[in-house]
Amino acid sequence: MYSPEILLTAVLNGLMTGSVYALIALGLTLVYGVLHIINFAHGATLTAAMFAVYVLHGAAGLDPYVAMIVTVPGLFALGYAVQRLVIGPASHGDDGNILLVTLGLAIIIENALLAWFRSDTRSIDVPYGFSVIEVGTLFLSLPRVIAVFGVLLVALLLWLFLARSTTGQAIRAVAKEKTGAALVGIDVGHIYAVTFGLGAACLAVAASLLMPTFLVNPRIGNAFVLVAFTIVVLGGMGSIPGALLGGLFIGVVESLSGLFMGESLGQIGIFLIFILVLLIRPTGLFGAKA
Amino acid sequence: MLRVEDVVAGYGGVPVLRGVSLEVAAGEVVAVLGANGVGKTTLNKTISGLVRASAGAITFEGARIERAAPPAIVRAGLIHVPEGRRIFPNLTVRENLELGAYARARANRATNLERVFTIFPRLNERTAQLAGTLSGGEQQMLAIGRGLMAEPRLLILDEPSLGLSPLLVEELFSLIARIAGEGLAVMLVEQNVVQSLALAVRAYVLENGAVVMQGPAAELARNPDLERAYLGL
Repeated sequence: MYSPEILLTAVLNGLMTGSVYALIALGLTLVYGVLHIINFAHGATLTAAMFAVYVLHGAAGLDPYVAMIVTVPGLFALGYAVQRLVIGPASHGDDGNILLVTLGLAIIIENALLAWFRSDTRSIDVPYGFSVIEVGTLFLSLPRVIAVFGVLLVALLLWLFLARSTTGQAIRAVAKEKTGAALVGIDVGHIYAVTFGLGAACLAVAASLLMPTFLVNPRIGNAFVLVAFTIVVLGGMGSIPGALLGGLFIGVVESLSGLFMGESLGQIGIFLIFILVLLIRPTGLFGAKA
Repeated sequence: MLRVEDVVAGYGGVPVLRGVSLEVAAGEVVAVLGANGVGKTTLNKTISGLVRASAGAITFEGARIERAAPPAIVRAGLIHVPEGRRIFPNLTVRENLELGAYARARANRATNLERVFTIFPRLNERTAQLAGTLSGGEQQMLAIGRGLMAEPRLLILDEPSLGLSPLLVEELFSLIARIAGEGLAVMLVEQNVVQSLALAVRAYVLENGAVVMQGPAAELARNPDLERAYLGL
């Protein structure tokens, strides 16, 4: 048995990884909740956002956190345009088509990145990359603590936006009743595109929070999004609190199973949980009954 | 105010409306009657822009709207309260009403909300309740209230009495009469012949996607052919 300190460190590490998982899952579940589609381009978009942070750091000397000023609006605009100009028109109102269109987009983005950056794994050097803060007897990685608070802040802002703003109300209305929404004068296509843009903007934040401590290659996004899919199902498809708590939970599961079964087997725990959820509670922890 | 001329519309190339023409004047209450499946709902959807007409013209206050998108039609003041209510079940009653005013300036929202609460006091008691948890009658009132929040000049009500008890239908029709009395035009699309004709000034009867009878409501109410047309005999 491990000492309580090692266990505690593992749990905290799990929470820190899990918070970024949660943010990625948040974008995925938001798009699912409103447009009722699985966005297969989510992973490729995350990769693209991470490369954007990498390039901005290398070419313009921008700190990864400062890069958000460029990448968050940039990815929002990109997401908005892709939904409005590509996915929407190409789907002809059929969800099956949307699935294929997002899959196609993922292939295009990944291969464009591969052509441009090759398959090398890259990372950036920031002065605070290995900084730690001391909490009692524990040492916590500074960039990862920043990530936790960054994610909580984004989740809070997103929640306030959805709960309080008129556009947020419209997004929630379209999610459940798009005919009714069109009949009060809501432009459903616009709301879809805004939601898609928000999902992409979440990835821009995630990319900036990851890059100080993580590496990037043209396939990296898929590793995260596979876990994010698990979180979305665990938390309940379309549920925002579900994505947040599910993300933290999965982070801890991964960290603890890594501790007990060895680093390379850490993700087994995640997929065991995934299978159990599907067997016992297929609607997820926060999902509505079908 | 509203003029529908020879409108043809349908789904996937199968026409449901085969050349419908009708008119609603400012401040007038017009009933559109017909059995299930004669195209009443398709007519409403075509007018409000949810379904595209493949032929014919729709004019609202002098402007052609048959190619306009629903938000533009809402902004013009033509509000369609759809069959099945289509309220937002996951939003509160207040949020539903606020979204009713989505296309309108924020300035009038408080006044309009107060007006809706005067007409439907029961909604005022349930402002914080999720709309999906309301009873059928309350949901219908919310749907109409949400429509009123958009400051309609013409209100299209699609089967407001559907699924309500006779007592509630009675109450609902008296409320509709009250709304109509305030001067806005109402197009009442219904299966409930007796009550609708009592409320309307004029009426149209649809059968197989076309208007088969029309005239003053009082005259139609006495017409023995109405029952036959209505039952499709």
